Amino acid sequence: MSLALKALKKSPWVFHVNTGACNNCDIEILDCLTPRFDVERFGIVLVGSIRHADVLLISGPVTKICLPRLKRLYEQAPKPIKVIAFGACGCMCGIFRDGYNVVGPVDKYIRVDAYIPGCPPKPETIISGVVKVLGTL
Amino acid sequence: MRIAEYLFNYLVFPGFVFSAVVGLLTTWVDRKVTARVQYRVGPPWFQPFADMVKLLGKETIVPAGAKKTGFLVAPIVGLAAATLASMILWLVNLNPEMSFIGDSIVVIYILTIPAISMILGAAASGNPLGILGASREMKLLFAYELPLVIAVLTTVYKVGSFSLGAIIQHQAQEGIMLGSVSGVISFIVIILCAQAKLTFVPFDIPEAETELAGGSHIEYSGSALAVVKLTMALMFFVMPIFIVTMFWGGISFSGWSILTSILKYVAVVVIMVLIKNTNPRVRIDQAIRFFWGPMFVLSVIAMILAVLGY
Repeated sequence: MSLALKALKKSPWVFHVNTGACNNCDIEILDCLTPRFDVERFGIVLVGSIRHADVLLISGPVTKICLPRLKRLYEQAPKPIKVIAFGACGCMCGIFRDGYNVVGPVDKYIRVDAYIPGCPPKPETIISGVVKVLGTL
Repeated sequence: MRIAEYLFNYLVFPGFVFSAVVGLLTTWVDRKVTARVQYRVGPPWFQPFADMVKLLGKETIVPAGAKKTGFLVAPIVGLAAATLASMILWLVNLNPEMSFIGDSIVVIYILTIPAISMILGAAASGNPLGILGASREMKLLFAYELPLVIAVLTTVYKVGSFSLGAIIQHQAQEGIMLGSVSGVISFIVIILCAQAKLTFVPFDIPEAETELAGGSHIEYSGSALAVVKLTMALMFFVMPIFIVTMFWGGISFSGWSILTSILKYVAVVVIMVLIKNTNPRVRIDQAIRFFWGPMFVLSVIAMILAVLGY
């Protein structure tokens, strides 16, 4: 394993994008940064710009208006980038499956490396999902 | 032979390699203290190094709307300037004879270059948020430079010389600057100015994670971002050393004083981190009013006290 990959495992910077979720998943993501779970122990931090990101965390089903933006974000990200579909909606549209404005789950449009199911996923599940996606490197 | 010696000084000790390692360790102290203040565990000690290696291994993107040369050269200029400032300060601290006339002025000049390079890089990135960050950085630069220079001039007036070597020797013989009233006031002023220079939280207006999403370095990625982060780490290393040199008797590596030197350095760093963690961000107009109002008045009072002999 090369040094850069080893370092990537030790400091995955996460960029979080909401493509139409109900906001519950987003609250759970912020839960991971609280003293109880503290993912900064593993070097995981939330970054504000896609150019700094190593992991693209996508919550919610993809809506019509978000689709071009999601594709653009994926193109703007510096490679290698890992994509995580987050929550029941990110994995398979969840309760919004029949929505008039929903065009499908995330993996219909971009390559997804890990799925974290749950409505919303527990913080333990999130940490386990991140560990798994780092294992695929 | 002199050139080889200077190159070694610039690139290895006490220049680039040494400053980068200690600077990155200092950013770890920052993150760890921040975590402890928030009742978290915080990252392990090698975290900043892992971040650096990872960023060097990633793709560097030049945005379509950017001016390529300016965008990529600006961080390197900032890094070179921060390294030079660190080298001058350390050489003078280790051996006061290395000092030359007016080197405190040179250091103040060099310490503004990383901020200017950040302005250039952000303006060249073509990102509206980046340009907003650059404009805020410029306003902040105008705001904090005035009290910073007057605070440094207080020490210079008391010593009667612009050379760093003379300042260190004067403090070794006649007591540190912090022992006098004017010294304490200038110390408070310069700590707050350093907070703005390092764009730490009460004055992190150019970066503003929540509104500008990284601001002046929003478009940097991969190795360019690594250079930007390294420049910030170096500045975080240089500013406390500058403050310790000016007001707290400097750093020395002989015998037991190595321990007190490290303690002084860590004390200044922890003061900065605690200010960072206990204050909300101010607006740019509030920051300018703060530096040109209370801080300017305080630094002038310190200057007057120094002239009166306190």
